[in-house]
Amino acid sequence: MSEPIKEFTTVIPFWDPRVTPVELEMATDEQLEAMKVTVSDTKIGAYTLALALDPETLQQRTPLFNGIMYGRGGLSRAETELGAVAASVVNRCIYCASVHSNRYNQLTKDETVMDSIFASGDGAGDDANIDPRQKALLNFATKLSRCPSEAVKEDMERLVENGLGMDEVLDLVLSASLFGWANRLMHVLGDPIA
Amino acid sequence: MDIFETIVAEAAGISAESSLADVLSGRSDILELTEKSHDAAIRPKQPGGLTHSERAALACRIAKLNNETVLASHYESLIGNGLAAVADTEFDGGADNRLKAILRHTDLVTVDPKEAVSGDITALRSAGINDADIVRLSELIAFVSYQIRVVAGLRLMVEVA
Repeated sequence: MSEPIKEFTTVIPFWDPRVTPVELEMATDEQLEAMKVTVSDTKIGAYTLALALDPETLQQRTPLFNGIMYGRGGLSRAETELGAVAASVVNRCIYCASVHSNRYNQLTKDETVMDSIFASGDGAGDDANIDPRQKALLNFATKLSRCPSEAVKEDMERLVENGLGMDEVLDLVLSASLFGWANRLMHVLGDPIA
Repeated sequence: MDIFETIVAEAAGISAESSLADVLSGRSDILELTEKSHDAAIRPKQPGGLTHSERAALACRIAKLNNETVLASHYESLIGNGLAAVADTEFDGGADNRLKAILRHTDLVTVDPKEAVSGDITALRSAGINDADIVRLSELIAFVSYQIRVVAGLRLMVEVA
């Protein structure tokens, strides 16, 4: 087995679980329902099979995740991904950062923003070579992701000054917060492998 | 479900009369799922090796580590007899190896998740915690970390709305 990846990348690695996932053939009805799969579905990932060890939480988490990341209206898909990447950089979740920077690049056809964010680390986007609105989004999502949160009223005002409506601000709060959850699973329960 | 009676809306002080009520209503599905996730993480039907009271005490500890006093009070009210020490951030589990491993892991993943390594999962296993309980503990820490940030973000929205 190759060594876990330590540096940020937009190339999506494999995720190698540190716990023993549920075996699909052995899954209970509750686990199958939580995974939203049938027994004939062979494409289910190690991540979902690992989380199926706690089906009650997984059952709620999947629609919550999809609602925040892919819900209609509010913040654009690309800017929602930016919130996810900001959190993943703070928490150094290489896997989540790769998936969501990759998606951002697909949506925007612009790889320079993610390159710049990865190069600047978790400095709240201050050094990143990106436009003011992106910087405001990144600044807020980064500070909210720290423990305790370092986001303050001025960071929120900066979002509004850069043209975000309150519906968009709410979506940014939700996306960054959601990755405070996702990173604490992906980075803690498994390794990103090339 | 009334979204203005959910834990996050109440903790952020947003009511049906608030200027943010419409914005919040636009994401009522997310608020409902956040509340259901709370119940799944804190008082699941099948709690496995982590009792409801222990979960509430750990959630209270996580809230304290985030300086989140309102949610800390909410979780404190759900802690049963004899587990108050678990919510004390100065307490490391004492002579109880299982509890000591759980508290160490909870503090690490709450405050500095980027420092978590595979040895941290091995340490939980060595303390007798099975893989299903490791995932349950991880979901608990991760959910409360999410919930705390949603509340912090909503409060800042109230300040500028």
